[in-house]
Amino acid sequence: MDKIIRINMNDLSTSTETVPAAWAGLGGRGLTSTIVAAEVPPTCHALGPNNKLVFAPGLLTGTPAANSGRLSAGAKSPLTGTIKESNAGGTAAQMLARLDIKALIIEGIPKEDKWYSLHVSMEGVAIREETELVGKWNFAVIEAIEARLGKKTGILTIGPAGEMKMTAANISVKDPDSKIRSHGRGGLGAVMGSKKIKFISIDDQGAPKVPIADPEKFKTAARVFAKALMDHPVSGEGLPTYGTNVLVNILNEAGGLPTRNFTAGRFDGADKISGETMHDTIAARGGKVKHGCHAGCIIQCSQVYHDQQGKYVTSGFEYETIWGLGADCCIDNLDDIARADSLMDDIGIDSIETAVMFGVAMEAGILPWGDSKEMLRILTEEIGQGTPLGRILGGGAGSVGKTYGVTRVPVVKNQGIPAYDPRSVKGIGITYATSTMGADHTAGYTIATNILNVGGYVDPLKKDGQVELSRNLQIATAAVDSTGMCIFIAFPALDIPECLPALIDMINARFGISLTGDDVTNLGKHILKVEHQFNIEAGFSNIHDRLPEFFTTETVAPHNAIWDFSGDEIDEFWNF
Amino acid sequence: MQVTVKLFATFRNGRFKVTSQELTEGTGCRTIVLGLGLTEEQIGVVLVNGRHAALDQVLHDRDTLALFPLVGGG
Ligand code: SF4
Repeated sequence: MDKIIRINMNDLSTSTETVPAAWAGLGGRGLTSTIVAAEVPPTCHALGPNNKLVFAPGLLTGTPAANSGRLSAGAKSPLTGTIKESNAGGTAAQMLARLDIKALIIEGIPKEDKWYSLHVSMEGVAIREETELVGKWNFAVIEAIEARLGKKTGILTIGPAGEMKMTAANISVKDPDSKIRSHGRGGLGAVMGSKKIKFISIDDQGAPKVPIADPEKFKTAARVFAKALMDHPVSGEGLPTYGTNVLVNILNEAGGLPTRNFTAGRFDGADKISGETMHDTIAARGGKVKHGCHAGCIIQCSQVYHDQQGKYVTSGFEYETIWGLGADCCIDNLDDIARADSLMDDIGIDSIETAVMFGVAMEAGILPWGDSKEMLRILTEEIGQGTPLGRILGGGAGSVGKTYGVTRVPVVKNQGIPAYDPRSVKGIGITYATSTMGADHTAGYTIATNILNVGGYVDPLKKDGQVELSRNLQIATAAVDSTGMCIFIAFPALDIPECLPALIDMINARFGISLTGDDVTNLGKHILKVEHQFNIEAGFSNIHDRLPEFFTTETVAPHNAIWDFSGDEIDEFWNF
Repeated sequence: MQVTVKLFATFRNGRFKVTSQELTEGTGCRTIVLGLGLTEEQIGVVLVNGRHAALDQVLHDRDTLALFPLVGGG
């Protein structure tokens, strides 16, 4: 039977509960956000004893459904002060699902100044004091835990950034190759650090298969679904060949690639950091152009990047990281960006927040534009060591902007704006402004329809249709984030008619229920409203659903685009 | 007239990254696409001077035409 396990760090106890009826139909983001909204006081300090850190696999996680192995993490965010959900690949989600764990809810803060680990297995959750791995960086933590508990152990860990409660700290998840995927955004690593949990290890030995109510129906739907993923040119060919970094060139051409801390829309060095160049470099050096972040991913947008000597540098090397450290910081050295990517994994800090932060830090004069060596030094010696400067930088773009008096600080609700200029791609500006998460491109990825001609076309430079586009995508995304599916299934889902019904059929076959398309849309709406209500009670209003002022006063080349939505126009978003 | 043509992703295979073409006034995007041995179905995104365009858009001197298959990420 599905269960909820509570871990109370106040008194170091655990308890297992049956799943309340109201939560039975929820998974992933739907469940983590519902639990956080129900149990965390919205005005609490995110790093205090009243915040809770919740992990939940998705509704389909652990089944043979393609791309369903994502884990959702939720809490109140110390970076934004809003509710936060962040999902990631890696091996943990499928293990938790097999262990019948619908959610882990971590509460309270230990009385003593000691560090702990959680060990999750068929026996439940054991809280253990940890001394050896405190202060260690993530790759060393993973190596040590594998030596201690076995190669197959699932791991969630925080690095020094999380231990020091930096608001850009992430939670790292071990992937099938013992490398790292991340619950990146919103500082959830700091929440885990505040609860004094260095890592969570998972052992699913002896766990049964995830039960499926109607296996035949499931199999048929799973086949249709997988075929749609393989048939669509984006998920079937583009992503496995070039990774997400294929976007550098198209955003650059379209004038939406934020450059030099959002002062231009094109970068002279774009070709050197592009997906095409990366593909050729990886192939020439014997890396892997495609790679999955969890077993069962058939899209495989990830990759393994080697250095000139053919030695491993990093994997899961994403567009947003490469854009941020590249174009936004004027760095055209892909090898150094790869080194930084690996360092950020090791330190346990969000690669998007940190990349946006470096753009602001360069504008502040902390380091010169384009100086990748100094960037690597700062990551290692300042942020990694937690010097006073490192802690300011580890607080993200807003933190460094405030400390150094910079006025061009691309954040919404204090979270760094990623990879797509909202002046020249207006739909994503609506998503940044209205997302319950602070600036988050994945919350409603209008780039698909504004730039990529997926799911139709809405002119990125005009205001028409953007609010509706963002709203529809945010609703759909909230629902998809509840299934455990990778968001990249949205590309085929937007274009291939059989794809979404097959996804719903799989959920129905898994649980023996009969959801309709409308039910799923309503679930998405419900999740957004629950999250929005939490934010309102935390002190946020429509006034916070705005982009920074400079987007309304500075045009961006080459289209001389400006952010020209009125507050009323943005507020239309919530009319549903 | 002089037009810059840029190709991306798989379109580069066996072709080029960027080239300058001398064309007669009034040439449309489709003519260039077909001339490259690409089919309409293969085309994902057409940008003329960084703006989305239809294949029948007519090009002008010093325009830049960028052609992409359907690509995505995020
Ligand atoms: S497509 Fe990429 S992000 Fe999605 S599940 Fe596969 S490797 Fe992970």
